Amino acid sequence: MSLLSVFVKYRNLISQLVARDIKTKYRRSILGLLWTVLNPLLMMTVLSIVFSYFFSRYGNIDNFPVYLLCGQVIFNFFNESTSIAMGSIVHSGELIKKVYVPKYLFPITKVMSCSVNLLASMIALVIVMAVTRARVTPTVLLAVLPLFYVLMFSTGVSLFLSAVAVSFRDLMHLYSVITTAWMYLTPVIYPMEILDKAPEWVKLIVNLNPMTAFIKIFRCVVLEGVTAPAILHVQSIFWCAVALAIGSLVFRKAQDNFILKI
Amino acid sequence: MKIENAIEVNDVSMCFNLSREKVDSIKEYIIKAIKHQLFYEEFWALNDVSFEVRKGDSVGLVGMNGSGKSTMLKIIAGVLKPTKGSVETAGTIAPMIELGAGFDHDLTARENIFLNGALIGYPREMLEDRFNNIISFAGLERFVDVPIKNFSSGMLARLGFSIATIVDADILIIDEILSVGDYQFQNKCKKRIREMMDRNTTVLFVSHSIEQVKEICKKAIWIDQGHIRMMGEAEEVCDAYEDPNEKVK
Repeated sequence: MSLLSVFVKYRNLISQLVARDIKTKYRRSILGLLWTVLNPLLMMTVLSIVFSYFFSRYGNIDNFPVYLLCGQVIFNFFNESTSIAMGSIVHSGELIKKVYVPKYLFPITKVMSCSVNLLASMIALVIVMAVTRARVTPTVLLAVLPLFYVLMFSTGVSLFLSAVAVSFRDLMHLYSVITTAWMYLTPVIYPMEILDKAPEWVKLIVNLNPMTAFIKIFRCVVLEGVTAPAILHVQSIFWCAVALAIGSLVFRKAQDNFILKI
Repeated sequence: MKIENAIEVNDVSMCFNLSREKVDSIKEYIIKAIKHQLFYEEFWALNDVSFEVRKGDSVGLVGMNGSGKSTMLKIIAGVLKPTKGSVETAGTIAPMIELGAGFDHDLTARENIFLNGALIGYPREMLEDRFNNIISFAGLERFVDVPIKNFSSGMLARLGFSIATIVDADILIIDEILSVGDYQFQNKCKKRIREMMDRNTTVLFVSHSIEQVKEICKKAIWIDQGHIRMMGEAEEVCDAYEDPNEKVK
């Protein structure tokens, strides 16, 4: 497969680009990578204090801190990776004009360097689970599946966004609005029961939302210790395939014109 | 592709869209579309250019500003895709279209050597082996672990040249880079280019300095407004290019 051979040929470049992102991100902060662990921990503390109070009337959520952190870790990875990858082509303009490099390496390496952050924030999750004495079952090992899904989905979305952002730069400002709306349509903070009285179309959107499927699977295996219903996996794989197909198609069509527009 | 050729350029044309103002946001696009202002103006930077370069040859491209020389080099380097026609190359290409493209200014010289080397496509082990050679050729022994945002432009150019030429590529593409650096470093560069040519590297060279073209190249191609005006021995082509009577015509 040609894609695979490109990956092998440029593996050195890929690791260099990822290492560059991580080095430049943490070079100037004393706590360095520790921030990646601390940030979700602190956010989780604030949110769980506030929202466990608000949501208490919907019945007690089992271990709200872990419930919240599961959603947060997954959604934040999607948000961060796609937002950063979106500008990757535009910001590599100088390079693309002068050296030939397969252009999709730029968004993909951004997603990869964000997944290093994702792994670090997993440490935060382990800490919270230990502190709250959450029940750990062997199904935890299945957590790699939803993580893999969200990685693939983010890659597809990143390819699409990075290609479109070359022609429409202001999309970068618009995107933070979109992800905020997206977050509220994903059960990151709130329990699913809150939707019982919501209009049908809202329920439909939330249930079709690919992020909902990823987070539900993740919570099933990590928090509840059961395997997720097969329908959620079908839904996840479907959305990953759609995102990757549209993303790579749009990217491939647009890539030869990048140099004329940046 | 013929076995004795390093580069074959077949009827290459390149068209740019010269919209008077670049539209690159949704807002502008909608406004312009409503006002019917989405004009596209074509500009052909190259028209049906064909030539062949033999392996081991050194060819200079000469021409006025805007004649299409750099566009030609970028197409050969694979950075630009031609609108029409095709380019075939044999072997590895070391493009020196602008030295230090891809340097990250927050990283140190050491880290940039690995990043830049990876961009050109060199394996990591090779870069580790020749790390000291790269540094000593660039004369930056004292600055290995300094972030390159503190480097002067001359130091950056030296580092870039040193990385790009650390191995013999089959094809070396040089665009106006010998104008940077001091006299001493320029001579060092020329010496290294000549050594590579002795080892059968094909060289494509663009410079506004006719003396440098005559000095380095055996053959030359004169590009004028996107067409090949003249092709042949470097001396002949350069003399014709410099001939004031020729320009008046």
